[in-house]
Amino acid sequence: MSERVVITGMGVVCPIGNSVAEMWEGLMTGRHGMNQNTLFDASAYPTTFDAEVKNYDLSKIVKNPALHAHGNRGTAFVLGAAVEACRQAGIDTETESPSDGLDRSRMGIYLGAGEGAMDSEAFFSAIVDAWNSQTHEMDWAAWAETTFRIMTAEHELEQETNMPAAHLAVLTGARGILRSCLTACAASTQAVGEAVMLVRSGQADVMVAGGAHSMIHPLGLMGFNRLTALSTRNDDPATASRPFSASRDGFILGEGGAVVILESLTSARKRGAAILAEITGFGSSSDAFRVTDMHEEARGAVQAIRAALKDAGVTLCDIDYISTHGTSTVENDSIETLAIKTVFGEYARKVPCSSPKSQFGHLIGATGCAELITCVMAIQENILPATMNLHDPDPALDLDYVPNKPRKKKIDTVLKESFGFGGQNNVLVIRRFSE
Amino acid sequence: MAARRVVITSVGAVSPLGLGSEAFWSGLIQGRCGIGPIRSFDPVKLPCRIAGEVSEYKIRDYVPKSYRKATKLMCRDIELAVIAADEAVRSSGLVSKAIDPEHVTLRPERTAIDFGSGIISCELPEIAPSVVLSAVDGRFDMKKWGREGLQTVTPLWLLKYLPNMLPCHVGILHDIQGPSNTITCGEVSSHIAVTEAAEMILRDSADAALAGGGEAKINPLLMVRQCLLKRAVFTDNDDPQHACRPFDASAAGAVFGEGAGVLLLEEYEQAKARGAPMLAEFAGGASSCTPTEAYVHMKDGSGLKIAIEQALRQAHIDAADLDLIIPHGTGIARDDRVEAAVLQEVLGGAVEKVPVWPIKAQVGHLGAAAGAMDLIAAVGAIRHGTIGAAYNFRSPADGCRLHFLKEPAQKKIRHVLCCGYSYGGQTAAVVLRKVSEASQ
Repeated sequence: MSERVVITGMGVVCPIGNSVAEMWEGLMTGRHGMNQNTLFDASAYPTTFDAEVKNYDLSKIVKNPALHAHGNRGTAFVLGAAVEACRQAGIDTETESPSDGLDRSRMGIYLGAGEGAMDSEAFFSAIVDAWNSQTHEMDWAAWAETTFRIMTAEHELEQETNMPAAHLAVLTGARGILRSCLTACAASTQAVGEAVMLVRSGQADVMVAGGAHSMIHPLGLMGFNRLTALSTRNDDPATASRPFSASRDGFILGEGGAVVILESLTSARKRGAAILAEITGFGSSSDAFRVTDMHEEARGAVQAIRAALKDAGVTLCDIDYISTHGTSTVENDSIETLAIKTVFGEYARKVPCSSPKSQFGHLIGATGCAELITCVMAIQENILPATMNLHDPDPALDLDYVPNKPRKKKIDTVLKESFGFGGQNNVLVIRRFSE
Repeated sequence: MAARRVVITSVGAVSPLGLGSEAFWSGLIQGRCGIGPIRSFDPVKLPCRIAGEVSEYKIRDYVPKSYRKATKLMCRDIELAVIAADEAVRSSGLVSKAIDPEHVTLRPERTAIDFGSGIISCELPEIAPSVVLSAVDGRFDMKKWGREGLQTVTPLWLLKYLPNMLPCHVGILHDIQGPSNTITCGEVSSHIAVTEAAEMILRDSADAALAGGGEAKINPLLMVRQCLLKRAVFTDNDDPQHACRPFDASAAGAVFGEGAGVLLLEEYEQAKARGAPMLAEFAGGASSCTPTEAYVHMKDGSGLKIAIEQALRQAHIDAADLDLIIPHGTGIARDDRVEAAVLQEVLGGAVEKVPVWPIKAQVGHLGAAAGAMDLIAAVGAIRHGTIGAAYNFRSPADGCRLHFLKEPAQKKIRHVLCCGYSYGGQTAAVVLRKVSEASQ
């Protein structure tokens, strides 16, 4: 049994917009989502800026905000994205006994979701109170005293990575397969890909799939800064994300939530749901190289792209557009270009490829699904999002990156690439739906 | 074309009962308990001061010389997973890059990896000097931290604590280049990881997969979390061996622990062709949830029931065909009560004849690794035809009619159900069966 898998709803909350329409309008008008950090005092960090979700108020979006009051930032974002996606798909999230005709035992959830921000006040204060610099030992009694004074059960629980999915279950009433994964920056592409497999094999009729993450917290920003993965262009956040340019110096830490409703064609037809696009291919691989670096010859990326193309049953010249991982780090953009050239050969320079991260930053676990949504919009509108801030091309990188302004082009088939720290590679093929 | 089948051809385990799956199995059957006072830090002032700790090991002994430097990037969760995977691969008969790079028989591109992992908390003494350096007048100062403190944190700090680093390190060591996933679904993570790995083989994305999970819950921050959530047992610090009492009338909470379990799954024909021992067959796996507004405890058993029924349906069996159930059974009374009610409902009249074997009383609750440990116990039961006694079980909790053994028993075992649930409401169930020639 093999079901065709279509997308019947989409929703997003990201640094350039809190809906698909707002995000797309931002992409089309060259808006960026970068700002000086407002979530904590990062003014002395190597990187003082990030890409934050703005003007977002979950209590105006969900019917019963009290149920989600303690949720972490990623949870809040993905709930908003899910409300939008469900509304578009005609899935009722408003009533106790939904009348949308969808069997909740056949509706599942698959999220690529990250951890919630830790209670940094408790974390830092307790260590300061407890560390003995003479003996280099913790006074665990002092540590526990401060910790218990500040930490709360609610905040602790909501840091757990399965909690965004738990909140989505409460919102949607889904009782089918429920999974949550965290494969770094490839997480939500992987979640969507694996969810596609579950619908294709008939294990679910509908999967609410996507990502939720915010690592804009003191330890997250510190961790990426220590890895020298982030741009330090503190005096010019607006143009700091410059994938594929010679002056690229790292990614911009973003945050967000993104959801697509995946549905079997049979179910979508039965309900008369509008079909936005079809996902026809998924490829997943691991570099098995180093935890610190991507494989020098892009071995894993190449394998994942080829697996996705094969799964979709398409040839190289069927691909009209590649939505890159395009982080704006020196390493990723070089290796990713190499991967595309290796797979596509002579055709590589003819396929336009771009990176929306140049505008909304890197949403980490949520990024792949947000970018997938830009692919569906590109198919619907026949416009490719641009790679902004590409004024000084890296001479070694010579593909068509759709520099600086969106481009009209008739496109039917798109490749979406995501690569995660540790060498996880996940690739999707998305097609314009036709009978 | 006949449908593909998935068999388990080897296992590896690290648990509070010892290093290796043999120590785990014999400890379970001989009625040993791995729970004791916490030693890895001083838990003074914590209401729960006991846990299931893994005995001493040297991670260098489990990686090739060329990889020793990379062990500096391994937190404890990763180390435990590496050790369990080493045993699983080593005992499988397949040769991986880590075992003998000159004679590799494991096929990198056709092998997948899928592990359950927890949210990993950092080691406090490691980061403490940098944090303390950032204090001004005895108070932490974010500016000083940004300017000076964080500059002294080891550059690769973040990579040590990402959940996906468990399968990443294992995948690098054994050169596994197929699909890789990290399931972070709370306490059903490794049930789901094993199920998904089996699906990868069934759909022909791989011919073999390392699957399981690892978690080290005995981190001060994680222990505080379980205490704040009032899931940990507070009343039995002076009697650790009897502290965890699943389904018992005196159950007072869970005891947490650390460990890792890894199973090697292989496509049936491949395993047969290379003459691999087939320890058990993956017959079905499902997950669901009980949407639960309170999030910490299961509101009701409906989500668990859905997962169990789906898994049984995939295995083409009725509940009465089960020869053994390894439940989640944490020792948290209200959760045990819900789980017992579900199992009783599913089993119906068979409740008196199907033995239920909770193992957390002996090893503790290993979080994201819990399901893998249950599955390895299930493999042992099928292989040896033996079921262990329900440790610490004396008299049933109110309403519990499940059938527990007072002594280990020999029995031919064809089908085993392992089920679980997590805070957050997620549930999972896996059915394993004894391997026979005929496809079911």
